[in-house]
Amino acid sequence: MNLRPKAVVQIEKVEKWFGRTNALEGITLTVRPGDFMVLLGRNGAGKSTLLRVMARMLKPNSGKVEICGFDVRHDPERVRQRLGFVAHSSYLYRHLTARENLRFFARLYNLENIDQKIQEALGWVGLEQSADRQVLGFSRGMQQRLAIARATLHRPEILLMDEPFSGLDLEAAELLTQWMKSFVSAAKTIVMATHDLEQGLSGVNRWVFLEKGRIEKELTGDFQIIRERYKQFLRERKGELS
Amino acid sequence: MNFLNQVGAILWKDILTEYRTKDALTSMLIFGLLVILMFHFAFEPDSRETEKFGPGLLWMTFIFAGILGMNRAFATERENDSLQGLMLAPVDWSAIYLGKMLANLVFMLLAESVILFCFALFFNFSLMPRWGWMVTITVLGTLGFASVGTILAAVSMNTRMSDVMLPILLLPIALPVVIGAVESTAAILTDPPGESLTFWIKFLVVFNVIFITLPLLLFDFVLEE
Repeated sequence: MNLRPKAVVQIEKVEKWFGRTNALEGITLTVRPGDFMVLLGRNGAGKSTLLRVMARMLKPNSGKVEICGFDVRHDPERVRQRLGFVAHSSYLYRHLTARENLRFFARLYNLENIDQKIQEALGWVGLEQSADRQVLGFSRGMQQRLAIARATLHRPEILLMDEPFSGLDLEAAELLTQWMKSFVSAAKTIVMATHDLEQGLSGVNRWVFLEKGRIEKELTGDFQIIRERYKQFLRERKGELS
Repeated sequence: MNFLNQVGAILWKDILTEYRTKDALTSMLIFGLLVILMFHFAFEPDSRETEKFGPGLLWMTFIFAGILGMNRAFATERENDSLQGLMLAPVDWSAIYLGKMLANLVFMLLAESVILFCFALFFNFSLMPRWGWMVTITVLGTLGFASVGTILAAVSMNTRMSDVMLPILLLPIALPVVIGAVESTAAILTDPPGESLTFWIKFLVVFNVIFITLPLLLFDFVLEE
């Protein structure tokens, strides 16, 4: 057991098949503490599958995934204790209030000082005034903010985000961008999957282009340059197909 | 302790949701009461007929009402993909099974207590001398049914026509518990209770031990992928 890992995520030669479709083809990737990594690719490129394998929601057919030094196969509960996951779906219960939702997840994570942590989390995402309203009356933006509070209530080391901007209005998207920057500045790690770069992203230090379950490119640099490179990448792939 | 705390959290969440929506209980109760009413008009409710057909009618009502409730068991987990949220928590997935199974058991027992009261009323069946046995048999039979039903509700959740799939999968597997419950109920309707009562009670206990243990071991495979 490695208690002080150099990499927070270590993926080695991971393969994932769905029937006869190879969703991940020998992916090898290392993510270090403080990284803000964006996985880019078209629909079906394998971004969500890779995140779900990292969270041990899917079992890889072969290869090895370690999170904070723990093998996802052998220590799934320890791995999940260190992960937060924000997806397009909020994973919230519509008939529970915001506070009840957070209390429920706090109990699943066996947290201490639950009331204090819930209050802090609600304040963090600006939902104190709506804490005792049922989620079914929340807008998409409010649900996404509560989903972030849910995913980070247990103070995870790594946050996995799957298309977190989809369906958000500009204001909510801007809030989310600011929030992600502050999360990474606290030496925590974000791995985010997205298929479009219309939303401006700051603080990202690694861009990984995926195509057909393979890592095609990894780049670092300014957002505007990456966006141009990504558009070019998509044009090339489109050209190959036609 | 952590495991029990997590089971308790899932049970609390399901009970609170049901208290607010009343989806499962309403459908189970309305269905159960309508069936009892129809049987009341279809059969002459004298004590000999009650002895002969009563146990079967009662458990048929319990089982079909229970299936309606069981179909709702994972419906709340499908909204907003909440089941994924549960699976992401550092929870032994058997705690998810146990929490959901206990919630199903509570809802079924609540509905059954009302249905049983109405059955006694419509079929001139006195509960008082046998209430202890009746409670024991109802709890054992329902526990067995809920334990099998919960895992099969999870299996059928992502199938096409899941509402139809659940009874098709559940009824053959739950047949032994239905037979045990009907036979033991029939045994307590005779005065004094039939000699077979002890056998059928033991049968229900054994069935419950097996069918609570197996899903606890198998639930990981059901949730995975």
